[in-house]
Amino acid sequence: MAVSIVLPRALLTYSRGSSTLDLDVHCATVADALDELGRRWPAVLDRVLTEQGDVREHVNIFVGEESIRFASGLATPVKDGDTIMIVAAVSGG
Amino acid sequence: MAGDHAVSIDLSHDELLRYSRHLILPDVELEGQTRIRNARVLLIGAGGLGSPTALYLAAAGVGTLGIVDFDTVDLSNLQRQVLHGTSDVGRPKIDSARDRIVDLNPHVVVETHRTQLTSANALEILGKYDIVVDGTDNFPTRYLVNDACVMLGKPNVYGSIFRFEGQASVFSSGDGPCYRCLFPHPPPPGLVPSCAEGGVLGVLPGLVGTIQATETLKLILGIGDTLVGRLLLIDTLGMRFHTVRVPRDENCPACGTREITELVDYEAFCGMPGGVMAQDDASGMQEITPSELAQRLAAREEFTLIDVREPYEWQIGHIEGARLIPLGEIEDALATLDRSKEVIVYCRSGKRSANAVRQLSNAGFNATNVSGGILQWSDEVDPSIPKY
Repeated sequence: MAVSIVLPRALLTYSRGSSTLDLDVHCATVADALDELGRRWPAVLDRVLTEQGDVREHVNIFVGEESIRFASGLATPVKDGDTIMIVAAVSGG
Repeated sequence: MAGDHAVSIDLSHDELLRYSRHLILPDVELEGQTRIRNARVLLIGAGGLGSPTALYLAAAGVGTLGIVDFDTVDLSNLQRQVLHGTSDVGRPKIDSARDRIVDLNPHVVVETHRTQLTSANALEILGKYDIVVDGTDNFPTRYLVNDACVMLGKPNVYGSIFRFEGQASVFSSGDGPCYRCLFPHPPPPGLVPSCAEGGVLGVLPGLVGTIQATETLKLILGIGDTLVGRLLLIDTLGMRFHTVRVPRDENCPACGTREITELVDYEAFCGMPGGVMAQDDASGMQEITPSELAQRLAAREEFTLIDVREPYEWQIGHIEGARLIPLGEIEDALATLDRSKEVIVYCRSGKRSANAVRQLSNAGFNATNVSGGILQWSDEVDPSIPKY
């Protein structure tokens, strides 16, 4: 297993109920991992990235504890064993 | 606080006994309890998150609790909103909240604000308190609370929930980030379902709300490491607590560049021209009422009727002649639909179906939304269908 992607529950409708995607291909960056995510579950990726390929502004992507917005964005490097966590805004109270 | 020996005792005998477990607790003691009593905390919302927060802050002895809520208690609230009881159904939430809090701790002064928090009243209401606890259930109010807290320099104790997951943090405190540093923009309408559409585990707001109450007390006492600069993610199914870092964004228009100098129309900011109480975001799309649908079904008109809810909702009740395709499976099911026929879509309240109609329209279908969903069908056409 190279990299794992953890999805927020709000997107499980579009991933056939799976909350984690373990990628068995090598990924150098977050963008590589998201490409794989899009191949597996395109409707999930539609809700993470805009049509222009930018991370939606109500979505945060973390590699470990760090937000890629404050690193190198989608070009943020990932290494084997990293967990990419997608966190979307929710409004329930 | 240790080392302070000259604290005047101005708590009554009853209060000394009531708070005895705090008074013997290192880092709280008499001075801390006095701080708690002198604190003024505002709860935005007396719902799922506001309920445990209000109960624990009242029990802890917070001197003044303000509560903003314009809603009345509904039977469907009681699965999680433990501040209210069955006998409160139909009452304003602030009234039932005040009664419960005063019963729990008569030393607490409850200030009720039965109003919807708006750009016009937020600064005045929030300005009267030391700490704000965000327990709202919609994005426009979350951005409004954030911006008002940043402008006023008040800590914003944040909590949010959806299905089995929760989030908590402390924004706008000292040099820490604000909500906009984390989420610069709200999601487009329809992209993120609310608890009313997606459901929520009843105990989840209890978990997140008590975290908000804990953070509030730590802020009052000035002890511990608060969630400033961190976002706590709670996954109840995996029972995992995960913390990620939230840096302050120098380009944040609220707390960074300070471009935001006045409160704006947050419903417009969130793309919700119909307002937070709108039943759906179906503006501009083709819609029919449940009564019109019933007439067209009775006339045996040619169309495809789709129910986009989940299978367990279908089991509660559905419209005869409909085909079940949960929203998440619509894209995969497009090829199985007859393009020559109009597609009429319904869900529980009309929101998910509006989302589906948008997807179908984009794919070239003549699609129509049933306004108000099966809830309105139950009102207008078939009361034997249970509401949920």
